[in-house]
Amino acid sequence: MDWLGPEEWQAVRLSLRVSIWATLCSLPLGILTAYALARWRFPGKALVNGLVHLPLILPPVVTGYVLLLGFGTQGPFGAVLSQLGITVAFRWTGAALAAAIMAFPLMVRAIRLAIAAVDPKLEEAAATLGASRPWVFVTITLPLILPGVLAGAILAFAKAMGEFGATITFVSNIPGQTRTVPSAIYAFLQVPGGETAALRLVLVSVAVAMGALLASEVLARRVERTVRGT
Amino acid sequence: MTLSVALHHRLGDLDADIAFDAPPGVTALFGHSGAGKTTVVNSVAGLLRPDRGRVAVGDWVLYDTERARWLPPHRRQLGYIFQEARLFPHLTVRQNLLYGRWFAGAARRAEGPERIIDLLGIGNLLERRPNGLSGGERQRVAIGRALLSAPRLILADEPLAALDTARKDEILPYFERLRDEVGIPILYVSHSVAEVARLATTVVVLDQGKVVRAGPTASVLSDPAAVQGIAPRELGAVLTARVLCHHADGLSELQTAGGTLFLPRVEAAPGRTLRVRIAAQDVILSTARPEGLSALNILSGTIADLHEGKGPGTLVRIRLGQQDLLARITRRSARAMGLAPGQACHAVIKTVSVAQTDIGQG
Repeated sequence: MDWLGPEEWQAVRLSLRVSIWATLCSLPLGILTAYALARWRFPGKALVNGLVHLPLILPPVVTGYVLLLGFGTQGPFGAVLSQLGITVAFRWTGAALAAAIMAFPLMVRAIRLAIAAVDPKLEEAAATLGASRPWVFVTITLPLILPGVLAGAILAFAKAMGEFGATITFVSNIPGQTRTVPSAIYAFLQVPGGETAALRLVLVSVAVAMGALLASEVLARRVERTVRGT
Repeated sequence: MTLSVALHHRLGDLDADIAFDAPPGVTALFGHSGAGKTTVVNSVAGLLRPDRGRVAVGDWVLYDTERARWLPPHRRQLGYIFQEARLFPHLTVRQNLLYGRWFAGAARRAEGPERIIDLLGIGNLLERRPNGLSGGERQRVAIGRALLSAPRLILADEPLAALDTARKDEILPYFERLRDEVGIPILYVSHSVAEVARLATTVVVLDQGKVVRAGPTASVLSDPAAVQGIAPRELGAVLTARVLCHHADGLSELQTAGGTLFLPRVEAAPGRTLRVRIAAQDVILSTARPEGLSALNILSGTIADLHEGKGPGTLVRIRLGQQDLLARITRRSARAMGLAPGQACHAVIKTVSVAQTDIGQG
């Protein structure tokens, strides 16, 4: 695999690291949010739903700037995090944060659909058989939505791999630190003779995105089958 | 152990104010849809929290607004059999069966699952998935799953309503065995008179959120006032009958309080007590003992009372010893014959009018 140069490899490795962390760390919150939106009635539900979906609609540069205001070293969250010894501004962790937020709506939507497909009557039946709420979730709800959770995670991963606008606004484009594949493509296109390197990374991006979409389609079909039990 | 229920609940148009006791055996909650049957069952299960009330099994209180006690469903130790089996699609039949048993803990699951699996005849289904099962098989697994959670109480909400007649006949005997072998209260919701007549030890008739009548099955089903809501064609009293002998021509002879009864061959040994539902519309009344009839059964009793319905019919209650029989005849006949309470009369019942589904284990 020496057809990618060291700089390109660095970008691919960084993108993978950023995307995996972004996906894994946001997954529990994604499941919780999806469950709350699918099942619970609470004041401010419309607001939560709007906030979750906002990154899907806002220009990514706006999301990136808001992150910079909030999580920059001077920002309120950034200050709290830096007291805990965590810096996100201009670090790969910041890129992961940006990617997680941008990917979150896709993840939540996929999981929410899976939860909505689970018949609450099954959960009631489990409760009458002695299962407390957490047990009902672990033994009934979660296995039934698992393919949906995986589909959501894969979609989120693919989205994180491709995130550009919010990332470059929030954490800039530092080689080895925040230069993910899209940022690298952008950088290669800014220098003379960089087109071939950019093209190679474009191929990587397309392959990852296509693979993820196919996998999530297959899993989405499995949701139906698991819930129907055939 | 007796289940006692008292609750007030307002939900939409229904203003329920219901109180009754369910002794061991099958207590049927009987009434039209919207009468409050499911409200009662879900309140007992804890799936619904009534506005006010108290639900207890013996001295174990599940719910009491006065003492601010409310047990969540998973701590009520009951077996709920739903109308749609509600089996878990991602688990095998075996895993479904053992689901509640696992939560019941070691102390409550002293007995192995084999007896119940055997009782329900589902031993050959254990490795299958619920979706590959027939409706009747699914419902049997659901019954087993509820029983294996070692419940103190069984709730069944129209467990046969979603099944066709053949499947109903497949499941009904299992409920009879449950009633006779398990020894815990079973609260059984139904709007089918035939099911209630066959299974119930006690009947609670509900109408628009109120208890109309509660008592032993035979006396409730033969009480014209209690059964006002029932479609006339479904009306019928339940007689207790003891099997005397089986005849070579395919008939069984049974002893009732009003005389012997010939029925199409029943599957029960001589000496067994059965309950036989006699549809009111299948009974012919005669003031003199008739002769030269093809009908084999002539039971003798006295008229207890007559109830004129809205239509052309009259419901006549005939006392046979300690039991009652209902006959539905036209008002015109009742007048022409001059029927009156206290009068001796004969009830004629065709043998073939009694179907196998009308006969249950006593």
